[in-house]
Amino acid sequence: MAIAHEVAQPRSRRYWWSRPTHTTGWLGWFTTVDHKRIGILYGITAFAFLIVGGVEALLIRLQLAGPDLHIVGAETYNQLFTMHATTMIFLAVMPMFAAFANYMIPLLIGARDVAFPRLNAFGYFTFLAGGILLNSSWFLGGASNAGWFAYANLTSRQFNPGFGVDFWILGLQILGISSTTGALNFFVTILNMRAPGMAMMRLPIFAWMMLITSVLILLAFPVITIALLLLLLDRMVGTTFFEVASGGMPILWQHLFWVFGHPEVYIIILPGMGVISEILPAFSRKPLFGYPLMVFSGAAIGFLGFTVWSHHMFTTGLGPMANAAFALTTMAIAVPTGIKIFNWIGTLWGGSIRLRVPMLYALGFISMFLIGGFSGIMHAAAAADTQQHDSYFVVAHFHYVMIGGALFALLAGMTYWFPKITGRMMSEARGRRIFWLFFGGFNLTFFPMHFLGLDGMPRRIYTYSAEMGWQFWNLAATIGAFVLAASLLLYIIELCRALRSGAPVGNDPWDARTLEWSTTSPPPVYNFERLPAVSSLDAFWEAKQGADTLSDMPEHEAGMHLPQPSYFPALCTLGILLGAYGLLYSGILAMVGLLLAVFSIYGWAFEGVGQEELV
Amino acid sequence: MVTVVVCTAVFLLTAGLLGYAIWRYRARPGNMVAKLRHMHGNPRLEAALIIGVTLLLLTIAIPNIRVLFAASEPPDVENALRVEVVGKQWWWKFSYPSFGVETANELHLPVGRAVVAELRTEDVIHSFWVPKLAGKMDLIPNKINHLWFQADKPGVYYGQCAEFCGSSHANMRLRVIVHTEAAFEDWIKSQQTVAEAPAEASAQEGVRVFQERCTACHTVAGTAANGKIGPNLTHVASRQTLAAGLLPNSPSNLQRWLQNPQAIKPGSLMPNLGLSEAEVNALTAYLQHLK
Repeated sequence: MAIAHEVAQPRSRRYWWSRPTHTTGWLGWFTTVDHKRIGILYGITAFAFLIVGGVEALLIRLQLAGPDLHIVGAETYNQLFTMHATTMIFLAVMPMFAAFANYMIPLLIGARDVAFPRLNAFGYFTFLAGGILLNSSWFLGGASNAGWFAYANLTSRQFNPGFGVDFWILGLQILGISSTTGALNFFVTILNMRAPGMAMMRLPIFAWMMLITSVLILLAFPVITIALLLLLLDRMVGTTFFEVASGGMPILWQHLFWVFGHPEVYIIILPGMGVISEILPAFSRKPLFGYPLMVFSGAAIGFLGFTVWSHHMFTTGLGPMANAAFALTTMAIAVPTGIKIFNWIGTLWGGSIRLRVPMLYALGFISMFLIGGFSGIMHAAAAADTQQHDSYFVVAHFHYVMIGGALFALLAGMTYWFPKITGRMMSEARGRRIFWLFFGGFNLTFFPMHFLGLDGMPRRIYTYSAEMGWQFWNLAATIGAFVLAASLLLYIIELCRALRSGAPVGNDPWDARTLEWSTTSPPPVYNFERLPAVSSLDAFWEAKQGADTLSDMPEHEAGMHLPQPSYFPALCTLGILLGAYGLLYSGILAMVGLLLAVFSIYGWAFEGVGQEELV
Repeated sequence: MVTVVVCTAVFLLTAGLLGYAIWRYRARPGNMVAKLRHMHGNPRLEAALIIGVTLLLLTIAIPNIRVLFAASEPPDVENALRVEVVGKQWWWKFSYPSFGVETANELHLPVGRAVVAELRTEDVIHSFWVPKLAGKMDLIPNKINHLWFQADKPGVYYGQCAEFCGSSHANMRLRVIVHTEAAFEDWIKSQQTVAEAPAEASAQEGVRVFQERCTACHTVAGTAANGKIGPNLTHVASRQTLAAGLLPNSPSNLQRWLQNPQAIKPGSLMPNLGLSEAEVNALTAYLQHLK
């Protein structure tokens, strides 16, 4: 039953600076502040970058398919592995979780939108701008060739004279703006905009994990921002933070990078754990086992994540005392992680498990993440790690976390929430076949890398000699990579098919537990006709069982207040992007960019709340 | 080893539990509604799991930390052989300060004796890794690292740079050649002597070309050539490989290398000197003479 709503007549004249009113057409997408549309923008853009990063991965695997191949040269290969990692981490996986968080968190917590809708749009546009800047370097003299870890002093002007590293630095800085504003927004939204009655310990677990992730982003990204700034100053102004000849310390970069870089791993995996923790109860028809412990173990993982960075540096000669300390903190992370895995099994225990496609991906997540977790504990043994470090064993390990963990969770979430977002269902039969292809391709690609690493194959080599005996497993991994790519392509095709002609669904096709399933599919622009009030965890589920846990708030006398569209988030981002190109090519362009950004910030601050409201 | 055993055992246990739960509690007639016993959790079970996981980790942690401290220095540090390892884009310089010997890309060692390598770099970060002899250790600017190891069997051991160091990171390979004690002493003696001036005309022409074109970067002991940028070539003909372990050391490979180093090792800092075929042949004759 839709309640009547209409757009009020403009109360006064419109000026050129008045807030836009477009809700359709490309200008509508350009000026939108609706968290659902922004979520869709995040998702589509991240999928596009997933394809870019995937093509880079396939080129890498082709080059390594046999010994002494010359499919791409050494220099191109080095750019490919740098951009593959950068793209997958910052442009594919992180923004895909941002897409889910954007779309789902206001629905999960029973709100009309996020706390800062324009900042939300700004976060999307800066993500897009960072991606454009990074990838444009391919056509402007070559991408960065220094690895996503960009160890000093290989990144100095002396050893890396081109613009590739500068593009990489500026691209990451802009993406840092995106991540930081996004995290700030989720943090405030989750704390302040929960439905009446939704105490913190009644918060859906995905929202909890995004809250913890937001804190990690807010604490970790300033470190990489500073490190990138120091590097940029070294390269552009001639400071000597990492310059060896002037007594600078390249090892400092590694500490700064990993103080950011290790929490970054949890920034990627915690939202995935959140998605899984929503799906398992829904398809086991049981509440999440040990909900409080799940919350606290997530927080413990996040906290401990800041204490382990030097386990990336066991071979830099820190000495046995420091190595022992970081080995212990690293092993300690296995405790909260183990708790999560046991609680997931506890959730299944005694349930009535429906093995639908989202559940298959969720169970795939647990089993693959188990493998990645245990190889992680093996790395924590510092003495043994001096063999595994920088070998293909590590490549296997973190792909079991990044794909086996994060990407499985993303596909689980995508399949789970697709009917809510589109009002249509993806095919169960096709979904199953695609899942098994994906599962097989993934394991064929990455399991052999354990053997290659133990057989002494180092990472980041563009070629190897036949006498090393590495060709068999490398060929297997290459074949696996193409199977994996084919399964993802089929997934995207099925996504597009279901979007046009999937079976229509009602509000709650999975018989699920959280508030987003209580509204229509797709949800209206205002999310809920009447805002919900809850009195328990799983209030929607319990209400379906006849409990009195979910009620509607009375309508507000002023009607629904929805945020108005705005030009300024996109304009400000354009200014930042022009400024970044200007820093590399032209002082005048940099000034134009700066002025546009400053103008947009003023416009943003003074444009007012807009002239129309839904009433 | 403890780590691997404990990890594998717990992995199998957990995966088994997961598999059992999925099979046992799958939706089927008679199990269409979840049993809501223990539905929100079980504090005793959860506390037991936390304690159990922690104890298991301690069984891994304690032996690991012990090894870490025990292995940080060789047992008989006074009698260890000291070698200096210097990483450069993209080759290795090995020197033996106690013998006054310097070589490149092939590290000769005696069997059964502890070796302490002093690791330095002259450009970017590298990492010294010979998997069958020891774990890796990084070579970091403005820092000196040490790594000790001991080879217990004579033979040839492969290694290569393990920290990404630029274009030809994949081509920065090395070999460790482990001799019996006597053979090692012979090798040191041969390295300490200087090759005599060649007698054949083509090699003599090679000396002239070498002194004209190569001495800014390369050293040949006993001649005026004392460049320090590239590898020391005093005994280049005695090496098994060329170009940091990329090619077997043969006259034809040497010619290919001299004609166009970048074609073999992308980004190689040895310039393409544009040598004529006659010059290449003369140089090859001379370098083959430097046993």
